Amino acid sequence: MDHSTHARVDQPLTPLETRLAALRGGAAARNMDARALAALAANPGCDRRAVLDAAGVDKAALATRLGSPATFGQSPFAITRGLVFERRLRAERCAELVALLRTELLPEATAQSPVEVPDLLPSEGPAVRAARTRVALAEATANAAAGRAWTLLDRPLLRLDVAGSTVSLEPDAIVIGPDGRWTVVEIKSFPILDGSADPTKVGAAARQAAVYVLALRTTAAALDAAAATAQIGPGLVHPRPGTGPAARPHPSGASADVPGADVPRAAAHAAADAVGSGLSPADATTPAAPRLPTAVGLPSAATSASAATPGAGAVAAGGTASGGPEAALPAGAAAHASPYAEPVGLAAAVRTTGLLVCPRDFSNVAVAAPLDLRKQLAVTRRQLARMTRIETLLAALPETVRLDEAPEAVDTLAHAYAPECLAACELAFHCRTQARAAGAVEVLGRGVRGELGSLTTVEAALEATAGDGALARAARLREEALAR
Amino acid sequence: MSLLTTLARLEAVRAGVAQPLATVRHRHLAERPFVLVPLAAAGETGAPLAVLLGQDRENPRLLTVPQPLDRDLRFAFLARLGDELLPYLESFGADVELLERSVKDPESGEKTVEVRELCADAPQLVVPNPGAMELLGLVGRSTRFRRTAEDVDPGPYPVPARVPLLGRWLTHLSERSNVPGSSLLLPLTTTLSRHWATGQSSLEDAHLGALLAWIAPPPGERGERAASRAENGRDERGRLLVPPAGPATDPAFDSLLLSPAVTRYDAARAAQDERLTRARAEEIDALLESVLLPVWHQVWQGVDLLRTLPPAAHVVERWESDRWSYTGHRDRVAAGEPPQPLRDDAVTAARKLAQREREQVRLDLEEALDDPLAMAEHRLAGQAFAGEVVEVLPAYDTSGRSPKPRPLVTVRTEDRPHLDPGGEVHRAAGPAAQRAELVQLDAEAGLLTLRLLSGMGRKKEPEPGTVPEAGEQVCFTLFELSARQSAPLPEPEDTPWTHGGPPR
Repeated sequence: MDHSTHARVDQPLTPLETRLAALRGGAAARNMDARALAALAANPGCDRRAVLDAAGVDKAALATRLGSPATFGQSPFAITRGLVFERRLRAERCAELVALLRTELLPEATAQSPVEVPDLLPSEGPAVRAARTRVALAEATANAAAGRAWTLLDRPLLRLDVAGSTVSLEPDAIVIGPDGRWTVVEIKSFPILDGSADPTKVGAAARQAAVYVLALRTTAAALDAAAATAQIGPGLVHPRPGTGPAARPHPSGASADVPGADVPRAAAHAAADAVGSGLSPADATTPAAPRLPTAVGLPSAATSASAATPGAGAVAAGGTASGGPEAALPAGAAAHASPYAEPVGLAAAVRTTGLLVCPRDFSNVAVAAPLDLRKQLAVTRRQLARMTRIETLLAALPETVRLDEAPEAVDTLAHAYAPECLAACELAFHCRTQARAAGAVEVLGRGVRGELGSLTTVEAALEATAGDGALARAARLREEALAR
Repeated sequence: MSLLTTLARLEAVRAGVAQPLATVRHRHLAERPFVLVPLAAAGETGAPLAVLLGQDRENPRLLTVPQPLDRDLRFAFLARLGDELLPYLESFGADVELLERSVKDPESGEKTVEVRELCADAPQLVVPNPGAMELLGLVGRSTRFRRTAEDVDPGPYPVPARVPLLGRWLTHLSERSNVPGSSLLLPLTTTLSRHWATGQSSLEDAHLGALLAWIAPPPGERGERAASRAENGRDERGRLLVPPAGPATDPAFDSLLLSPAVTRYDAARAAQDERLTRARAEEIDALLESVLLPVWHQVWQGVDLLRTLPPAAHVVERWESDRWSYTGHRDRVAAGEPPQPLRDDAVTAARKLAQREREQVRLDLEEALDDPLAMAEHRLAGQAFAGEVVEVLPAYDTSGRSPKPRPLVTVRTEDRPHLDPGGEVHRAAGPAAQRAELVQLDAEAGLLTLRLLSGMGRKKEPEPGTVPEAGEQVCFTLFELSARQSAPLPEPEDTPWTHGGPPR
């Protein structure tokens, strides 16, 4: 196994990171997890939360310093129960989880194929772990393509850029099936009772899983890009599906009509080896074959066109790569441009259906259920894309401020309080006090804000009852009814 | 949320105290309700931790499970809960009214009189919030299928005798609570929020302490301050001043106090020291009582607040539906029917959904008829209007064999109903059901001329009192004032096989 990524260590801090570290006052950064990210995506207009989360500030401690401590926390009983459940699933190289996934995810024919559970170096630093995860993903994809084996990545680490700062995310597990598709597995300790579960909790799990899918797609796009640059190096010619080191009949059959076996195998080897671990990212990773040979420079939309026309595919195959940079990079860019664009390239291998693993009924026995993430995915992607960049938000804060010394400096960052924050943010009580002091109608609920339109304060709304609008009529009716 | 509710909330923010959302009480409240404040063990589904219960507000009974993970202890707890609850639930079964109705024999067509029993009263459980209701439902689900030592095949883990029966009752009560307007199992926060608008969001209203702080703040204190203290005020030891109303306990309480106490209890049990085990269990009892008692008093305070409102006119009718529901379950238990299934079959599910829809419509109608504040919602929406009768002109329909009264009534109103001439309206709070149609509309002056179409008797002249007089206040709605019956479901033999009918 190629562990060359070990050589890579955490890079020196960027100016932004230095600034954010100063904001924390030197305290250790709290890792922004998918839960926080999902909460942030639910309220993307909140500058305060965006900055605090990006800086990794301990919001609970900050809230205490501000005098409105949060009432968050998890009971030790619930934590123990959750841990016991997870530990059971992960015991003996995830034996129970694997058994469950076999029955849930895999077609019967491949049920007996071998399972890899690679070591993901859980005790290393985040940069190493992220790199190791990337390599493991590449290997797993190649394995799946070659031997129809499948891989379970136990607690991988993914990186995602959010509003200009990098976030490390740790999904519970990722499965790379023999069909080359990647599935996010989310382990939760709430029960699936008689086939259904608490919709709020399932929703929260789905939002988290959606964040992981986004991070996986980014990772996949990066793998594509890496493969592409590696191929440009030796240049000239690129391997076409089936000619890499893991030569085999193409499973999808989509490229069967592509001739052009005049590709030098040596170059193909060189290209694939340069990626690091025998990765041939292009082939067979996606059952729908979204990455068919494409002519250089063609936008991704042309991909399907060339797939549809054998002739065009043949022409393209002669001169371009199955993992050409043009195929992958614009695709990644397009994903950022439109939240509804379908991913292409390796990113399309990530399934939009996650797998929720929970205890069944009142027992400790695990049961898995598919979880449709498409809606959460679209929402989260859109919300994350429209977040203001952290640098812009930081401009509101004085350069030298430290939140551990001057917690009230947080007030210079605008908040977007809504009652939903109370369940998702440690600072909610503080923001609520401020929103109430400002007389904002949001304290009554987001719906109220929409209902009252331009009347943004309680005072203004109550003044409007003296006028001649709907509110005034409502006030008269109310008065009349109460007078009786 | 409607604009009127929003307005009430805005007023509450200004006043610093909750504002009325109803002028009458829309739910039945028993003379002596059975209050139940349950706590759940964190992390375990449907595992009770403790319950404070009873009908006597001065003398609640406390039941606890010292180690919630121990299933024997859990079922012993449930057996004791059954001992407390089942006698109360069953006590209403004996006192019945006999109702007669004539039934037509489908074959001979003969009419026979059928006598049916209807229990004169039914039990009422009051719990703090919907969470407590869910917990009771979960306990019902986890116990109603258990086998007992008395069964023919008791299985490896028999439970005490009456536990499955308790599960069936709890399942029935929590099923019934899904029916709009039902009151067999009453969650307090929801009921209070129906009658009062606080100056906070509906999410925050789910906290019983905060809700009560808004409705009845301490003298001289504004609601938001009192509510905020109820939500997260802590004493010097980090305990919440107002413990949450459950069923989840405060995580800080769990880690600071409960978890160590349970550990000590486990140790004493492992050492097989009976005296010490008992002492440790009593410690846990005291801990749990300390967080349950404040909630107990809150629940009774909430009940008192609800009692300050006079009951709405239609509450008795809806309570009768609850009594039917109770009687039906009593009969099913007596007939030895099996426990409620995990999933309803298609026909039962369709029936239940239809019933809930029908009851929702009925509830909305009845609340509007009982409560001018509820009717105001419809008037604001243009679905009703109220005003003073300014003129009544006698008129007749002479098209038939004998003339029929069709008086013209002109009403002055400030409301703006979405109504065109020819449109049909229904008189609310009239002496009888009465239809009318709009003849003429003068929007400028707010004058509506209506022709009454029914509800005036069979004679040529209307029965006295059936036609409003000039100067009288009237209210008409654009919607019908009785819930429509949904089309009947087909007979079992005509039900398609896809929906559980016989194979074709």
